[in-house]
Order: sequence, then C-alpha cells, then structure tokens
Amino acid sequence: MDYYNEMYSGDKVREPYARLSEWVETMPADFRQMKQAEAEELFRRIGITFAVYGEGGDPDRLIPFDMMPRVFDQTEWRKLERGIKQRARALNAFLRDVYGRGEIIRAGRIPARLVYQNEAYEKAVVGVVPPRGVYSHIIGIDLVRTGKDEFFVLEDNCRTPSGVSYMLENREIMMRMFPQLFRQNRIEPVDQYPELLRRTLESVAPPKCKDRPTCVILTPGHFNSAYYEHSFLANLMGVELVEGQDLFVDGEFVYMRTTQGPKRVDVIYRRIDDPFLDPLCFRTDSMLGVPGLMDVYRSGGVSICSAPGAGVADDKAIYTFVPEMIRFYLGEKPILNNVQTWTLWKDDDYKHVMANLPDLVVKEVHGSGGYGMLVGPKSTKEEIETFRKKVEANPSNYIAQPTLALSTTPTFVEEGIAPRHVDLRPYCLCGDRIELVPGGLTRVALKEGSLVVNSSQGGGVKDTWVLSE
Amino acid sequence: MKLRITHQTVYRYDHPIRNIVQSLRLTPSLFEGQKTHDWQIDVADGIKGPSFRDGAGDWIEGWTVRGPADQVVITVTGRVETRDTAGVLRGYREQINPLAYLRSTPATKPDAALRELAQHVTGERDQLDLSHQLSALVTDKIAYTPGVTEAATTAADALKLGQGVCQDHAQVLIAVARLRDLPARYVSGYLHSTEDGEPHDAAHAWAEIHVDGLGWIGFDAANRCCPDERYVRLGSGLDASDAAPIRGIAAGQSAEEMDVAVRVEEIEKFQAQSQSQT
Repeated sequence: MDYYNEMYSGDKVREPYARLSEWVETMPADFRQMKQAEAEELFRRIGITFAVYGEGGDPDRLIPFDMMPRVFDQTEWRKLERGIKQRARALNAFLRDVYGRGEIIRAGRIPARLVYQNEAYEKAVVGVVPPRGVYSHIIGIDLVRTGKDEFFVLEDNCRTPSGVSYMLENREIMMRMFPQLFRQNRIEPVDQYPELLRRTLESVAPPKCKDRPTCVILTPGHFNSAYYEHSFLANLMGVELVEGQDLFVDGEFVYMRTTQGPKRVDVIYRRIDDPFLDPLCFRTDSMLGVPGLMDVYRSGGVSICSAPGAGVADDKAIYTFVPEMIRFYLGEKPILNNVQTWTLWKDDDYKHVMANLPDLVVKEVHGSGGYGMLVGPKSTKEEIETFRKKVEANPSNYIAQPTLALSTTPTFVEEGIAPRHVDLRPYCLCGDRIELVPGGLTRVALKEGSLVVNSSQGGGVKDTWVLSE
Repeated sequence: MKLRITHQTVYRYDHPIRNIVQSLRLTPSLFEGQKTHDWQIDVADGIKGPSFRDGAGDWIEGWTVRGPADQVVITVTGRVETRDTAGVLRGYREQINPLAYLRSTPATKPDAALRELAQHVTGERDQLDLSHQLSALVTDKIAYTPGVTEAATTAADALKLGQGVCQDHAQVLIAVARLRDLPARYVSGYLHSTEDGEPHDAAHAWAEIHVDGLGWIGFDAANRCCPDERYVRLGSGLDASDAAPIRGIAAGQSAEEMDVAVRVEEIEKFQAQSQSQT
C-alpha cells in the first residue's frame, strides 16, 4: 500500500515543512534525547496522564509525546475548517429535527427506527429547543488523510469529546522547549480555545438568565480518567469545577454551594453521561448527577452542554447518514467525505464483508479505543478466522470499512526519524457562532506499520500546526 | 362520569433532612375522555419550581422542600369529568414518536419466558386484535394478588411468580407487546371502582399500546378491560419508574416510609366554585 507522506514527496520536502526539515536534519542525537526526556518530565510534572477518549488502561500512564510537529498550510486548513463547520451545522440541524418534527425521517432519508430506537435517543428532550437551537456545543470530529486533498471523517463525537487539553499542552510544551521554532515559523495560535469555549457556553445561556451567565464544569469526580482535563479547562476558563453534590435544585433554578452561599448556575458544561445526570429523570440510582436538573433544563432554567440526547447524532450507524444530513438540511455538497461503511445487519453488506475480511477494518458498533477491532491486512489468518466467528455470532454488532491508507508524518523513533501513521481530531465550538481553533489533536501510531492510533494500542500525540500565510 | 379525587402521599424519614426535590406527574391528561376542573397540587412547606408540558403531553411540576423536614406531604385534589372513549387516547397532543416506546428497560427486559409468552398469540391478526389477545393472555397468566410483588419487581419476575398487581400486569403486557413490535408504554392514573363496585383505594396503572391508524389505546390487563369513564389518566413512561406520578430524592438519604390514600368519588354534578364556598 502507498501512503501519503505529509512531509516528503519523494526526496523533496513539502512546502509547509521546509523550515522544520532543517531543524530535524541538523539536530544532534544527544540533543534530541535530552529534549525528549525534558518533555516527558514536563508532562509528568503537569500531571497530564489521562487516557484519551475514555480508552481505559492505566490512568497514570503517560501518553507518549512526539516532538516532531504535524503541519498544515492555510489552503489545507481552510478546506478542513469549512468541512468541519459544515458537518457541525448539519449535526445540530439533525438533532433539532429529530427532537422536533423529524422531517428527515418523514422525507424517507433516514430510517425512523435507527433514530427513535437508538439507545442515545432521549424522549425526555423531545420538544425542548435549547438556546439558539444548539444541542451539541463541542463537536470532536475524527479525520484521517489519504492524499494531498483527500480527507475522510472517521467519526463524529457530539457528546463530550475529550483530548483538547492535549492540544493545548502539546503546544505549550513545544513553545517552552523550542521557542526558536515559533519565531521561524508563523504558526496560528490555539491558546484562545478556553476563552472561545467560555464565550460559546455563555452564548447559550437559558432564556431565564438575565445577567452575565454563570458557567460551571460538571465532572463525575477525580476517579474519572479525564478529570485532569476537566480541572484544566475550568482553570483556564475561570469557571468553577463542580461535582453533582455541589449543585442543587431549589424552585425553578439550579444553584451551586459556595462559601458565600448559594449561587445560581446558568450553563453546565457537563462531562458526565446522560444516564447519570438526574436520578429523577434517568437512572434512579445515580449519585453523580443533580436531582431535579432535567425539570429545570426542560423549563428553560439552565443550559446543559451538550444537550442530553445529543449522542443520537454520533452513533456509528447514524454516521453513514451524515452526508445525507448535509444535503437535506443545508442543501450543500459535503466538503468532507465519509469512509464507505458496510453495516453487517444488512444481508448484502454482510456477504460482501465476510467475503473480503482480509482487506477490511471491522469495528464493534459501540466499541471504542481500538479494542475489539480487526485490521484485516495487518492480521494473521488465524486472527481473521477467530474474528470471523465473533462476527458470525452477532453480525448486528459490527460495521466494516475499507482499510484506509492513513497518511504518515515523520516521527522521532529509536533509530532517528521515521514515518508513522496519524489521525486528527479538531474541536468545533457551536454557540451563537461556529468556531474552530486552527489545530487539533494529532494522534500517531508509534509502532512501525501500525494503523491504530489509540493510546491504548501504542499511540502517541503531537503538536498540530496551522501556518499562517 | 364526574369524579372528585383526593390523593395524599406522605413520606416519613427517620431523621429530618434538607433539600428534598420532587418531580410530580400528578395532573390529569388533556384528551377527549377527560376534562379537569380546579385541579390543585400542594406540597406542604414546598416551593413550586418548574412546571411545563413535556413531549409526552404530561404536565410536570417540580417541587422543593428546603427542610429540615422529617416528612413530606403531597396533596392532590380536584374534579375530573370523564367520558368513555373505548380506551382510545383521542384528541391528545404529544410529540414523541411511538417508535421511541419499543425500547426495553431493566424493568421490562424480556427473558425466555416473556419471549415465549409473546409468541402464544398466533395467526394473522391486525395490531388491534393482537393487542387485545396479548392483554387477555397477561390477565390469565398473572393472578391479581396484592402483597407478593413490590415496586422493583420486573416483568420477568412477575411472570415467573404468576401473581402481582396492576403494575405487574402493565409491565408484563408492555414487555410482550414490544416483543411483537408494538410500541407500548406504562400509564399511571386513578380508577373509580372495579367492575364489581368495590372501592379502589390506591393509584392505578395500566398499559397503552400504539396501533397504526388509531393511535394509543389503553389496556388494563389487571381488570381484563380497556380504560373507560372510570379511569383518570395522569401520565406515561417506558415503565413504572419512568411513569411514576412522584419521583423524588432527598439529599442525605434516610430511610423512607410512604403512606398513600386515594379517594375517587363519583359526584352528582360540579357545583360552581362560588356556591361550594358558601
């Protein structure tokens, strides 16, 4: 398979990497080792050790940081940006629709059952139109690149995508260690993200809020693998980090306990899952949420970001319909493509997939973190046959996609520098405006030849640069 | 029928507690079979919070009791004029797609016995006939026996026991209806009297099944009938817990005891408010 190398075209260095290539080529090996150790030390001191995307694994394990940045030029980034914003608009339009009249279903463009029987569909939210009609306020869109102008969306994350703290920390550490790189290259900043996030949250304050909105981040607590990120963002935004027990409902509103007495809360950026939000509405045994929260939300007394039920838009089965959403709601042509996806509960798809297992990637519908998946071309005959039996036992639990030739970027390895496969997760903010900081989180598969970038499977992270003109 | 309803629920705690929050679904539904007059909900020492009509058409009221309190008293009084619509929920406004009621919950999760029961009704039938047959089947399989099941009893458990109360009949019927691909939901409400004329002094519950062309239709498997003018509908949900007329929780949990008194009386006519006060 041929892979697109983002830095080199044959022997020639591509323009965005011109200055970086000098830097890499003239770097002495001992200097590199020293800097790598320094970076690790910095990460450890900051305490950023959580697993990205709820992947599980050792929560105290450091995710390897690769010092070699990944670079986009303006032209590349502008196209990505337009594509991501377009997708974010369509996903929110879809949520507005399926919690309202369901026009896209009436029009026969998406099967009704896929939506209404979806586990993430919350009937408690039907008829509730959140401020500005936005249901998903932070959308993480996972992208891969296969060629100069070929980008594909792997999945959308409309609930509470994590990892943005890596985007910020990776940049912070690169600037601290290599200030000269930031003088030589004109790199667009990403550190405005917390401010933009706060502005986004404030822009969706509920109708009953008359003053400057009070925003909080609601965390399940320090046992959660992303707790670091919750406290990190709260700090940078200058808002309180709270747990369920710090909030309570009184009358028509939600309040936070403070040393100066109760303070009304207007916007909750929640990092806990729907079933745990409110024991009076969802799981009665949840101790993480706030009793009565949903009644306040449904009557316009508080905003919850993302809205309960937003997950119905990022299901792996719904994913296949996002291009349709873009055409239906926006009347536009999708700028970013989906990866072709076979759903194994359909007979024809099932037959095709079973006949071509060695060439395909097969994933569990509700799986994440690179567990429980088969990468056909990278697997042995035995592995493929074992996986085949699993699929046969429960076809509706799987989807399949062609094995994509993920692009590579140069990465520091034992022997020096070598190409490794990467993906990208930018974070799109949706409030009164749709905004995207120029950059995102680049994950890199550190194992030679590996196409799985998940940190639980030997993945690392990189700083992601967008060059200004 | 003209019915006067008094419904009092008392929660007692073993020590005084603060910040008791409740979500009440205690207001009769608006549809052709029901008309409500001067309905009142009162929570002693409570603050009325958000109130709104939700997507399922239920009127929801949130209440807070700041406390410290060692009991919470919820009193509902009012009068309802009912009309027999042969169980059909006609003229009811709601926004939730019926397909959202095909999903099972822990309380209505099918097991092998429920699956088998669902297949008991055979042959080509329309949805309405199938619903009636399933309801009759549930009546036959579960003997009305108070005291053997509790609030947390699941449909599967109730079927295994072969005994239960209206909650169990409703949840078993919901489970088997969903297995036959019929959207089904749990309904909480009141019942004036059972067919033999005995007074019914607890809240009542039944199931609704969605039939194409007719919409939602009530089935009371506990009484082998469809709701008529003796029934007062409050609200619905995926199961008993989701449809509960009262959902509440107190910060600093403490042992809780509950007393319920329901009176559903038939009255001659509704007197004008001014006359009843003189």
